Amino acid sequence: MIAYLIRRILYAIPILIGVNLLTFALFFVVNTPDDMARMQLGIKRVTPDAIEKWKQQHGYDKPLLFNAMAEGAGKFGDTIFFQKSASMFVFDFGYSDDGRNISREIATRMMPSLAIALPTFFVGLLIYITFALLMTLFRATALDIAGVALCVLLMSVSGLFYIIGGQFMASKLWHWVPISGYAGGMDSIKFVLLPVLIGVMGSVGASSRWYRTIFLEEIGKDYVRTARAKGLSELRVLFRHVLKNAMIPILTGVVVVIPLLFMGSLLTESFFGIPGLGSYTIDAINAQDFGVVRAMVFLGSVLYIAGLILTDISYTIVDPRVRLQ
Amino acid sequence: MKAVILWTDAMIFLLLATAIAGTWWIRKRPHLMLPWQRVAQSSVGMVSLLVLSLFVLVGLLDSLHYRAALPEKNNGQVVYSPEVLSAFDTLASGLRSRTEKTYSAPLAACLYAKESIETADGKIMRDYPRLKYGGAHLADPQGELMGDVVRRAGVGAFAGLLIAMVFVAVAGWIKRSVSTRKVGGGYATLYPPYTRRSLLMTTLILSILIGAVANLAPVYHVLGTDKVGIDVLYLALKSIRTGLVIGTVTTLVMLPFALLLGIAAGYLRGWVDDVIQYVYTVLSSIPSVLLIAAAVLMMQVYIEMHPEWFETAAARADLRLLFLCLILGVTSWTGLCRLLRGETLKLREMEYIQAAQAFGVSSFRILTRHIVPNVMHIVLISVVMDFSSLVLAEAVLSYVGVGVDPSTMSFGTLINAARMEMGREPMVWWTLAAAFGFMLVLVLAANLFADAVRDAFDPRLNRTETV
Repeated sequence: MIAYLIRRILYAIPILIGVNLLTFALFFVVNTPDDMARMQLGIKRVTPDAIEKWKQQHGYDKPLLFNAMAEGAGKFGDTIFFQKSASMFVFDFGYSDDGRNISREIATRMMPSLAIALPTFFVGLLIYITFALLMTLFRATALDIAGVALCVLLMSVSGLFYIIGGQFMASKLWHWVPISGYAGGMDSIKFVLLPVLIGVMGSVGASSRWYRTIFLEEIGKDYVRTARAKGLSELRVLFRHVLKNAMIPILTGVVVVIPLLFMGSLLTESFFGIPGLGSYTIDAINAQDFGVVRAMVFLGSVLYIAGLILTDISYTIVDPRVRLQ
Repeated sequence: MKAVILWTDAMIFLLLATAIAGTWWIRKRPHLMLPWQRVAQSSVGMVSLLVLSLFVLVGLLDSLHYRAALPEKNNGQVVYSPEVLSAFDTLASGLRSRTEKTYSAPLAACLYAKESIETADGKIMRDYPRLKYGGAHLADPQGELMGDVVRRAGVGAFAGLLIAMVFVAVAGWIKRSVSTRKVGGGYATLYPPYTRRSLLMTTLILSILIGAVANLAPVYHVLGTDKVGIDVLYLALKSIRTGLVIGTVTTLVMLPFALLLGIAAGYLRGWVDDVIQYVYTVLSSIPSVLLIAAAVLMMQVYIEMHPEWFETAAARADLRLLFLCLILGVTSWTGLCRLLRGETLKLREMEYIQAAQAFGVSSFRILTRHIVPNVMHIVLISVVMDFSSLVLAEAVLSYVGVGVDPSTMSFGTLINAARMEMGREPMVWWTLAAAFGFMLVLVLAANLFADAVRDAFDPRLNRTETV
């Protein structure tokens, strides 16, 4: 298992290089360092000297990918691409355009993001699975059909509607909680409540329906018939046998997203003014801050790959037949 | 008048042509007709298809673009207006041109807020000013408005119902005369009675609704007006095309990649498989919103640096829309590619493929004759399932600011423009309601139709009945 993990982690390196190359190409194909300097300096103060100075300060005064002037390894090492991506692998993200340390910024913004994302994830999972099990329990009855119809209706509503509608009802109409903002410590509960509720609501339709299909697939199998033949109650069959065996397909979809919870949600955070990583990313996108966007892309890819590895490990936990090698 | 074919128009008509050709091709082949007949038997599927086709009709009309010739000429040369209009704009020219000063509620005769008005005798008083067009024919709006709206809606609904009934009767008569000629022909069994009944009911309800709105729209703003006084009904109808383009052109763009690479990876295996797997792991490991955002931002910079490329603002907005479809395609092809790879891996071990290989059939021929037709149901299911999520994604992306051009009317831009309106006093709810309402109907119909298609095509569902 250790050897397997090491191999998987090594395999992640070429993927991360690919990710870096892609973001790099995306930014520099249309946007040369000169353009970036011009945009950062503003239109008024642009002189060739100022551009050169900005490029030197921010480390953009080297060739993009290949340095013909340098010697040996420097041909690839002394370039913008190498200088800017090599430090990524030790999680040193450098500085954003407004001069702040990106790594420190990420560390401080992670908590608010997690405060929203973690409860949303776990409360959501609990509700979706319960709802799906209920529909499975009453399968092929009017209750089940109504449940599925409700799911289809809920998944056809735009996520923006839940946010705008929820904010309006809870904050403006009933004055439950503040519309947006965030505070540390115990105060955070009243700020977190509404985003979590809306986040859970937002995917209740699609998720419950998906889990219901998984359970229905399981329920046709032989072990379920055996369990029923032993005289177990339907509830016991569902919760003890079906739920356990449905874990593999459930984990496949669920474990991958756990590490990505660190990234926060772009939409929720920007709507509710949560100072997390999601809103950080949106601000960076709007300010065209390449350093931050690249750091977030890199972080996202690392977390995604971590999620894939975690998924494999989780299989060995729920299913003893699975061996990683 | 000069016809203008924007990039997305070309794509839409290419799609339409493909759909027509596909229908014609399938009609002749009973084994391909079979799953479609199952779709036709599902009443939910057919009703949602009917609703969808209304949206498609609006979208298609809105895709026939032209530039009108201006009356003054420049040295004998005809000068065209810089504004690109569509056939739909011409049909709804009334809706487009009747703009008010600012917000007004649905079916109102006055603006939404009080203003200082100078009365005939020179005094200034605060009151709700009358609208320029909405309910302008009424002498006393307070007393007459209600009755007039009900009367007009009733007349329109009745006319709509009448037209629909005549239409249904004629269609039924044509069908009957066709099926008497083809004794025992396929037509009679196409729809079971309950499907026919629900189709009929939906047609009637829709025509009543459309009739009522059509009769009200010339003298009222049925869904109110927005901040600069544009009719919200017009905005919502114009948004349909953008939604359809995003939902369909994206899949059109990504389909060749997914199909080609997925099948190649599964069939050829070895290093080809490794390379393709590497590419799609890289692409899918980047959070898609970030990839889209980065790509769209770069595109924006690029477009701004080359203003000389575009004759009109519409062409520029259209290129951005096409690019959005492209980048959405790039981020979404990986899922389908993975599915196709898995299915091909499974298929290539099947006996009939091995038999073909033993006969010495070339790889290319095996792929086109045996593999591609047998993965088409996966492609079809994922195309119809993706449509609704793409429409929803467009709204979110436009809200975040990395979606369509702000000048392109779409559900996202509509919601984005209206998001602060709930906080106004008095509350302005109609723009948001219209955008969400239209989007809900479109996405719901698409979801239900997708379910019907999936149920009909998925071979894993065990069916005993034969059509």
